[in-house]
Amino acid sequence: MSRFALDRLCARLPDAVLETHDFRGDETAVVRRASIKDVMRFLRDDPEVCCEMLTDLTCVDYLGRDPRFEVVYHLHSLSKRHRLRVKAGVPESDPTIDTVTDLWATAGWLEREVWDFYGVRFSGHPDLRRILMYEEFVGHPLRKDYPVDKRQPLFRRPDLEPNLGQWKNDGT
Amino acid sequence: MSASAQAPEFHTSRFEDAVNWARKYSLFQYPFVTACCGMEFMAVAGPRYDIARFGAEFPRFSPRQADLLIVVGTVTERQAPVLRRIWEQMTEPKWVVAFGVCASSGGFYQNYSVVPGIDHVVPVDVYIPGCPPRPEAVLDGLIMLQERIQRGEGHSQRALVVESQAEARGPALRAGLPVVR
Repeated sequence: MSRFALDRLCARLPDAVLETHDFRGDETAVVRRASIKDVMRFLRDDPEVCCEMLTDLTCVDYLGRDPRFEVVYHLHSLSKRHRLRVKAGVPESDPTIDTVTDLWATAGWLEREVWDFYGVRFSGHPDLRRILMYEEFVGHPLRKDYPVDKRQPLFRRPDLEPNLGQWKNDGT
Repeated sequence: MSASAQAPEFHTSRFEDAVNWARKYSLFQYPFVTACCGMEFMAVAGPRYDIARFGAEFPRFSPRQADLLIVVGTVTERQAPVLRRIWEQMTEPKWVVAFGVCASSGGFYQNYSVVPGIDHVVPVDVYIPGCPPRPEAVLDGLIMLQERIQRGEGHSQRALVVESQAEARGPALRAGLPVVR
């Protein structure tokens, strides 16, 4: 379906692409972590590929593998009508990758979600806070080594907390 | 009145019975609906099962005007302080019903985000099991709650008795009785 997009990407940024494959018409490019910004900018701005829309940005924890994490981007071209998947491995020792919030504003919340649940930091993100869990939460619960039944109760004692109207998660 | 002065316990007890009888047939509920159990709650509240037959038909959407907190659905850890705060805003005497297995025990959730039963956060008077419970089960639970109210066994009712009696007879009575705050 979008084999041509992978070919264009390989021709333009040969050093960035580690591997490409497709499964029943779903094309995927595995790219170097350091080149993610260049790759994504090319895929968005190239007049033939033209992926205007970032459908999803998520992460997979392959515990025991190196690199342990894999940040996955799903792209969609509204004008050319094709889809593309981009993956970038992120090692456990240095779980950081460049943000794409300057290319797609929607990446802001998606990257916060990946940080919240997997602990992958996005360098350059303007506001990298937890998005679904509370600030007091310790750890990243969707990591494979997070205990499945571990609880971190969020209790606030009103008698110890005089300012009841202000909650930390209100963004104050 | 001279008879009541001689036997205050007797008259106090009968008065409690009368008050509890009035309370159990005029429950003002606050539905804290978070999940799919809300559909069954609507069925109970609607005309087919008609919770109005039990004097509990009127939902108040301010906790300050309600005395029955019905927690319908899953409560997350992040939501738990909110639930606690709503419960604290209700005036006493007040009762809490855990509607469905998620509110009762966390249900099939056993993970980082779900409270395993709202009794970790607020005292519960009646648990209604089911995923979701049938409307008949809800009405059965409501009748059980009314029986508890009549007997003065609600958590906050016991606390009120303790407070008033402790005031009259000193703190010795207070030991051994549950106090809910």
